Amino acid sequence: MSLHAQIVESLREDFGEQILEVVEFRGDTTVYVPPRAIVPVCTFLRDHKTYAFNLLAALTAVDHWPEEPRFEVVYQLYSISQKLFFGLKVPVHGDAAEVPTLEGVYPNANWHEREVFDMFGVKFNGHSDLRRILMPQDWEGHPLRKDFPLGYEEIQFSFNFDEIDKRKPYAKE
Amino acid sequence: MLGEHNEITVDELKGLVSDRAIEGETMLLNMGPQHPSTHGVLRLLLELDGEVVVSCVPDIGFLHTGIEKNMEAKSYEKALVMTDRMDYLNNLGNNLCYCLAVEKLVDLDVPERAQAIRVILTELQRIASHLVFTASHALDLAAMSVFLYCFREREHILDIFELCSGARMMTSYFRPGGLWRDVPDEFEPAVRDFLKMMPDRIDQYEALLTNNPLYLDRVKNIGVIDSAEALSWGLTGPSLRATGLAWDLRKANPYSGYEKYAFDVPVGEKGDTFDRYIVRIREMRESLKIIEQALGSLPEGPVRSDNRKYVPPPRSELGHSMEAVIHHFKLWTEGFPAPKGSVYNAVESPRGELGCYLEGNGSAKPLRVHFRTPSFAALQVLPRLSEGHLIADLVAIISSLDPILGDSDR
Amino acid sequence: MGLEQKLGSFGVVTTSLEKVVNWSRTRAMWPMLFGLACCAIEMMAAQSSDYDMSRFGMELMRASPRQSDLMIVAGRVSRKMAPVLRRLYDQMPDPKWVVAMGDCCSCGGVFNNYAIVPGVDEIVPVDVYVAGCPPRPEALIHGILTLHEKVRGESMKDWA
Repeated sequence: MSLHAQIVESLREDFGEQILEVVEFRGDTTVYVPPRAIVPVCTFLRDHKTYAFNLLAALTAVDHWPEEPRFEVVYQLYSISQKLFFGLKVPVHGDAAEVPTLEGVYPNANWHEREVFDMFGVKFNGHSDLRRILMPQDWEGHPLRKDFPLGYEEIQFSFNFDEIDKRKPYAKE
Repeated sequence: MLGEHNEITVDELKGLVSDRAIEGETMLLNMGPQHPSTHGVLRLLLELDGEVVVSCVPDIGFLHTGIEKNMEAKSYEKALVMTDRMDYLNNLGNNLCYCLAVEKLVDLDVPERAQAIRVILTELQRIASHLVFTASHALDLAAMSVFLYCFREREHILDIFELCSGARMMTSYFRPGGLWRDVPDEFEPAVRDFLKMMPDRIDQYEALLTNNPLYLDRVKNIGVIDSAEALSWGLTGPSLRATGLAWDLRKANPYSGYEKYAFDVPVGEKGDTFDRYIVRIREMRESLKIIEQALGSLPEGPVRSDNRKYVPPPRSELGHSMEAVIHHFKLWTEGFPAPKGSVYNAVESPRGELGCYLEGNGSAKPLRVHFRTPSFAALQVLPRLSEGHLIADLVAIISSLDPILGDSDR
Repeated sequence: MGLEQKLGSFGVVTTSLEKVVNWSRTRAMWPMLFGLACCAIEMMAAQSSDYDMSRFGMELMRASPRQSDLMIVAGRVSRKMAPVLRRLYDQMPDPKWVVAMGDCCSCGGVFNNYAIVPGVDEIVPVDVYVAGCPPRPEALIHGILTLHEKVRGESMKDWA
């Protein structure tokens, strides 16, 4: 039995129903858990004697708009001793996009969660400092949501150059 | 942290700095985003007790470029050019990270020759990046001459990149499925010249810094962190190895044929600023070893996969094969579809673990591309490292972490 | 105390004030030490040993906007950076010039999205645009020489 399968097995033993789904794809294993289970699952994996996932490698989110549950918060854990990546995903509904914070388990979740909040508007309950991190504080909207426009500037060609040029807000001295 | 007019209310401040600052006992100082030693556009809110840093609140995002969103609007192959501009000292490493993720997602094999050339070029890029690190680190500590020496050698590396791809920095040379084209005949002698020259040049930098008492006074026992804490903050790469933990993704989870090359993973002792410097210097020497081995055993053969569903046919085929024309047209107008599913792939960039999370949804454009960047993690640990140090040491600590703001903000 | 004494009096040169002032401005133009992104690395390369911009009287990069009269906008300008950039420009004493280095700050470059200002000329008036992603150090030096040409052609009437 591969190491991934062993981990999934021991997760099933401890968390039973809370393991919603296990996906194997191209050698990566991803386990889906509900929001309430993410902190205990991560604590279990971090403190496990053999696996010891001591590095939170990445934390991000995916927007599946217009499908529901709209968001998926993605966690990538890494075990230095086993040289192994392990994925966790938390599906979140668009109208109640809230997940408990992982700051208590991995301190570096702090900024990653701020980034996800900034870019997707997913709230992290219990977070110590949930402010925007990349966008200006007075920015409206969450840019990486699928319903946020990319923000195309009109492209100037020779036939419409003068017309667009007139409208362009050039700076004054 | 600040709005458009850079005004901040006392309430907003309360969560960030200590009560002593609110009462006016300690001083609040703004450093950046335009400051010569913040390596770009990093902004720090410093709380100072005299010259001692009480707390430090980094503010990033001044270089947020929307790369992830822009990549979602492009096909897999076209999105590649965005990765060059992310960590602009590690352009080829970013290409590699993204290409490996795409290849993993669509299950595409890369010919051995392409893998070896990828290794050579990314290791050259690593040296170039560490050269800029050494240059700017010394410059921040007022050693101007190191800067001039390091940039002299960096030009040699950029010339090699230009030889291969036509561009000095934004090469976009690695493509999903291989390389843009094979390296020219002049490539091998140019790299050999570089290999011959470089060890002496590294000795020169070391002669200027490693035993220089003026330098050592500024960096020894400054910004110390241990392995367990560094890991809990997500610190990777040379900064983690400086703490004594020999974790390198090239060794731990080899990719692109790194398992074939013999090299050491240099580690530090204490995890202070000096260790972070010396680990990078030693890494340059290890990179030279890898390049030499890879160049010595460079296999012949094609440099791009012959799977025409993902990789466009060579120009020569277009003249006489209808099938090739169709593939070419399809790939350059709509791109290739990737299956539903997500992959995470990490490579060792000069700054640490550079990860790419890629999710496909069956169409020719990615549903989500996310880069886990090492500078983002490095800046997060800055408040912890700078606590209790002098403001002049803060400059040394920032440069020893080697953050690239384009990398952290994306 | 040398050649001119032996050859006769060369103590007086007649020229127009305009020319002298413009010439002296081009010979000691102090750029602001201000890098944003990728282009900043090429700007550093232009300052370093191989290209050596100091041949053109440009070796003194000033970190303070109060002491500089040339702003090289090297890299992409994000929406968050835009107000900071304008403030830096306002802090520079007159006369001042702006070089937009690279595609991103000239026109937005490859980034046509929500985060990047499509062309820094929406924030500050630009004198010279340097194309390239990033421009080679030679291209930057060429851009600066073009600016020198422009400065030499300025007329006194416009200063008032």
